[in-house]
Amino acid sequence: MVMTTHEEKMRTVRFRVAATPHIVVDSEVCRDSGCSLRACVYVCPANLFVPLDDGGILFNYEQCFECGTCYIACNQEGAIRWSYPDGGYGVTFRES
Amino acid sequence: MSAATASESFDVIVVGAGPAGSTAALLCARAGLQVLLLERGEYPGAKNVSGAAFYGSAILNELIPNWWEQAPVERYICRRDIAFMSPTTSVALDFHCAGEGYTTPPYNGFIVLRPRFDRWLAAQAEAAGAFLLTSTVVDDVLRENGRVVGVRVRREQGDIRGKVVIACDGVNSFLAKKVGLQREFHAHELSLGVKEVLGLDPTIIEDRFRLSGDEGIAYEYLGAITEDVHGGAFLYTNRDSLSLGVIGQVSSLVERRKRPYELLERFKAHPAVAPLVRGAKLREYSAHLIPESGWSMKPTLYTDGMLVAGDAAGFCLAAGLYLEGMNYAMQSGLAAAETAIEACRRDRFSARALSGYRKHLKRRNVSTDFRAYRHAPAFVNSARLQNLYPEVVASGMEQLFRVDGKAKRKILPLARQMMRQYQLKPGDMLRDGYQVVRAYLW
Repeated sequence: MVMTTHEEKMRTVRFRVAATPHIVVDSEVCRDSGCSLRACVYVCPANLFVPLDDGGILFNYEQCFECGTCYIACNQEGAIRWSYPDGGYGVTFRES
Repeated sequence: MSAATASESFDVIVVGAGPAGSTAALLCARAGLQVLLLERGEYPGAKNVSGAAFYGSAILNELIPNWWEQAPVERYICRRDIAFMSPTTSVALDFHCAGEGYTTPPYNGFIVLRPRFDRWLAAQAEAAGAFLLTSTVVDDVLRENGRVVGVRVRREQGDIRGKVVIACDGVNSFLAKKVGLQREFHAHELSLGVKEVLGLDPTIIEDRFRLSGDEGIAYEYLGAITEDVHGGAFLYTNRDSLSLGVIGQVSSLVERRKRPYELLERFKAHPAVAPLVRGAKLREYSAHLIPESGWSMKPTLYTDGMLVAGDAAGFCLAAGLYLEGMNYAMQSGLAAAETAIEACRRDRFSARALSGYRKHLKRRNVSTDFRAYRHAPAFVNSARLQNLYPEVVASGMEQLFRVDGKAKRKILPLARQMMRQYQLKPGDMLRDGYQVVRAYLW
């Protein structure tokens, strides 16, 4: 199948999920700053940022590519803190 | 961590086992130095993604003669196709070379798959005597009197001392930033690449792309393929799969509110692309950032006890005609290794002692190339080149070739009409012409 949904794409990627998140989104910063851009919601290639009705952002770290795009795209100081997951954890590409 | 590595001190600690790191480690180990090569992935290449067209064959051949005979390569690149796209039309430059060095050793370029290739390259560094430690994140450097004297890894007793640290930790280089060699990036300086590897029978690939044996083709696309997002797309033939992807400038994706994987789907559905990917089956989806701004995002390249190489140093040439990263990663890795070897020989590791890195980068043609093409990345990502000119070219060709019984128009009146239709201003075109000259001609 050539054309695939995002869910189908994500099912092809192998993740070894660490116990603790390597990226933390401070939803209060998103809310308090009244961020309407919500760049993270659009740019994340894994579609891991979920906008909440109250202006906050819900983030799932489990299927993160560790690419850094959210951090680069976010224009709110301190909203996204990120490092790399522990060694051997996180995404493991096999083909790309 | 084993007691041995924690207590030992190394001559050189290389952070990141990608093309830059493994090449640096290999050369240092061959010079007889004690080398530690650290990789945060489960294996080298586990976190790495690129197209991946590798144009560093001749460079690698100096280190490992006839390397392609033992390395996991997909196909050698003897054809390149650069296409300007509108939503319905494609106008391409089709380059096919069966000349010496393209279809014969050392080959001009290879298509590779990074998890396999990077893993193989790191194994060559290991074979040369480097000590490879995978599943190990480096969180910081160790400093004494302001000098870098090792690294702190996220493990128990994680302080490891080394005389020189070579940071090859990729586009997000936390190390270069921690040490203050690199600033924070802006969203217009980086592009996001999303990619798919699609399985396809080798005989279908060879028939469909008119390839024989191990020949391969690299397609690159500009224009409406990324809609109004600044970027491009690529399609490469592997042995039994296709690698294809879309690249979008991060700031531009944000401004246009486009989701990268939706652009990827539209790319595959384009009438010029759909027949090439028909019947192929998704094997893996991936994504990675690309330091596309080249010279302008170059960090300070060295400080007391530390050097920066590869993507961490912004050595990725995204200049339209050229889309090269792995070769410059290796060239800068070699330059860093040569610098480290000299430093160890003299037993001096200050910034001054490491300043020979500049000379080695020049001799390896890294700084020369990036300097020469320093105006190209901004030009490639300019709005008119991205959104307007490909459309104009495609639509102009569409009209030039259309036969509908009406009187044929010669090129000048057609050009005038196109300028009116697309509101092209002669002043802008002159300026862009000058940009082309400045970026590419001298």
